[in-house]
Amino acid sequence: MKNKVIGATLCAIMTMSLFTGCGRKAENGDTPQNTAQNPTSTQENDNQANNQNNNQNTAKGQVYYLSFKPEVNNIWQDLAQKYTQETGVPVKVVTAASGTYEQTLMSEIANTEAPTLFQINGLIGYQSWKDYCADLKDTQLYEWLLDKSIAITGEDGGVYGIPYVVEGYGIIYNNAIMDKYFAMEGAKAASMDEIKNFKTLKAVVEDMQAKKDDLGINGVFASTSLTPGEDWRWQTHLANIPIAYEYKDKGVTDADTIDFTYADNFKNVFDLYINNSCTAPGLLGNKSVSDSMAEFALGQVAMVQNGNWAWSQISDVGDIAVKAEDVKFLPIYAGIEGEEGQGLCVGTENFFCINSKAKPEDQAASIAFVEWLFSSDEGKAAVTNDLGLIAPFNTFSDEEKPNDPLAREVLRDMADETTTSIPWQFTTFPSIRFKDNFGAALLEYASGSKKWEEVKEQVISDWAAEKAAVTQ
Amino acid sequence: MQKTLRRYFPIFILPTLIAFAFAFILPFAMGVYLSFCKFKTITNAQFTGIDNYVKIFADRDFINAFWFTIKVSVLSILTINIFAFILALALTRRIRGTNLFRTVFFMPNLIGGIILGYIWQQMINAVLLQFETTLVANATYGFWGLIILMNWQMIGYMMIIYIAGLQNVPTDLLEAAQIDGATGWQALTRVKIPLVMPSITICLFLTVSNSFKLFDQNLALTAGAPSKRTAMLALDIYNTFYGRMGYEGVGQAKAVLFFIAVAAIALTQLAMTRRKEVEA
Repeated sequence: MKNKVIGATLCAIMTMSLFTGCGRKAENGDTPQNTAQNPTSTQENDNQANNQNNNQNTAKGQVYYLSFKPEVNNIWQDLAQKYTQETGVPVKVVTAASGTYEQTLMSEIANTEAPTLFQINGLIGYQSWKDYCADLKDTQLYEWLLDKSIAITGEDGGVYGIPYVVEGYGIIYNNAIMDKYFAMEGAKAASMDEIKNFKTLKAVVEDMQAKKDDLGINGVFASTSLTPGEDWRWQTHLANIPIAYEYKDKGVTDADTIDFTYADNFKNVFDLYINNSCTAPGLLGNKSVSDSMAEFALGQVAMVQNGNWAWSQISDVGDIAVKAEDVKFLPIYAGIEGEEGQGLCVGTENFFCINSKAKPEDQAASIAFVEWLFSSDEGKAAVTNDLGLIAPFNTFSDEEKPNDPLAREVLRDMADETTTSIPWQFTTFPSIRFKDNFGAALLEYASGSKKWEEVKEQVISDWAAEKAAVTQ
Repeated sequence: MQKTLRRYFPIFILPTLIAFAFAFILPFAMGVYLSFCKFKTITNAQFTGIDNYVKIFADRDFINAFWFTIKVSVLSILTINIFAFILALALTRRIRGTNLFRTVFFMPNLIGGIILGYIWQQMINAVLLQFETTLVANATYGFWGLIILMNWQMIGYMMIIYIAGLQNVPTDLLEAAQIDGATGWQALTRVKIPLVMPSITICLFLTVSNSFKLFDQNLALTAGAPSKRTAMLALDIYNTFYGRMGYEGVGQAKAVLFFIAVAAIALTQLAMTRRKEVEA
């Protein structure tokens, strides 16, 4: 009898745990959305539910945007809610965790409720997602585009990705420290205007490094972060300079093989960064991008290579020593012929795509949402002020441009007639693997276990191998 | 009773069977199928035959990762089990504070792999700072870092299993050995070790499978740097899957091979140690 009771209890517990297991699963299914969305999500879900009922009559469709940047998740959630209130179209925004966009998109798009609006990073991204990209040629969004050549066009002439932001990068410098240096006796230049090529830059930087104690800094350049995953500023952004010049010489916009003609120019800049830094070259494998930005924000260094998106990282460091009006951009001079007229590297890696496998009404709703974002006053205000984007559309007037110091510098550079900006050719880099290998080689070069010649050879052979592997 | 059980047992196992089928067998079968396909997402797979398996051996990374995994596994299996057994021996003597020690040694096991990886990365880098270098500068540092990390994490868990085994060794057998004039060493090798063979089987199985499948610690500690020379198999599979467009299938194929290898090694080990188990 006793055994029977125990047996029965055990059975009961087992079945109970089974059921709670199921119950939890259902809950889990919901939580990713709930956590990704902010506390207002329940309200939103209600909206969605209501609208889903309406949908049967009006076929309004719904929007599901898979967002790229965790740092602006809240802003997107607010925007989605506003749009839903205004138009009644449910908008769901889910943000992929930092650095996992491809992975998240890969699994989300296989769902029945797949993202209707997503983004790709350029031609390479288009190659891998072309089965899912709808033609956007007839949309107003494409009409509004200031420079139609920057959109992604397919072989059939359709438009499959529309950039929604323009960004720029170069060497960010702290003008206060530079002025302090220029006022010193024996300074190698009198003002920033004199730094127009690599030779002058090198002379100034090396002299500053020698006088770093008088300048009150730990080094001229912030740490050249080479931790795996933190090395994109070099293997992608800095590498863009030699590749862009090589493409220009050859008159191409993509190539199956490269000669890495300007490898030594890359080395010029890279050596300058690692040898005149606040961190010894051997220790760079332990530094992250946020370390570098913090060093700059705290006034410990005078320069750091990064883009206008870095402003939020600089201003987020509490108690920053650098003033907004002192934060300026310098083009990355590498000692290449004709670099006096070189501007910042300006381009985009953010293209909106509409999921061609979504329901037609959902696709239409997604286009309407994006068009609202870049044409309505409310949408435009959010884009400029909250998201801080430089939108490449003619719907934005001059007063509607962002006002953070780096974004303004990019706009100034774009408007400057005397300089030409360098396009973002790194969107044609063969694969993540290519970039990772390049970064790893740079790390080994910095710590002294690899010679520059080997790095150069590796880049050339990897490029060819990866391009071949991907186009197969 | 027996008869009713036999009649109703399909009903009893049905819920678990369904759960097992949906959560394990089905995804596994799909995974094997996908390893023969070229795919971007699992819904647009195209069958390509053994293409993916051919590609695996065209690239050296997988072979390198395989040897690195073997090296790390062999060394860490040995060190973890030896240290865990010594600790278990020490903590089954009547010394003060045994329970406290057991708890303390067990605690690292409660911390997740990613966090452990970053903690050790910081600690090792702090030491290497004296020599103006970092963990990722040299593959040897990464190798020893992994060994230290795995030992630190897994010794406590294995120790608990060994303690349980040692406590089950009947005291009358030990007393008899003592009366027969066995030395401490003889008592250990002739009585205790044969009797804790079941624990050794379990511990070896756990360490073998855990060190072969090691991923989080590897990712957090070095992420394979420098130049993938400290990447273990699981990390290499992950990198293949996400690192290069069109290579999702190759990553999947690697994962299937990986499964076969781990299963073969673990089963052989189980069979070998099982044979040595004796009854008291």
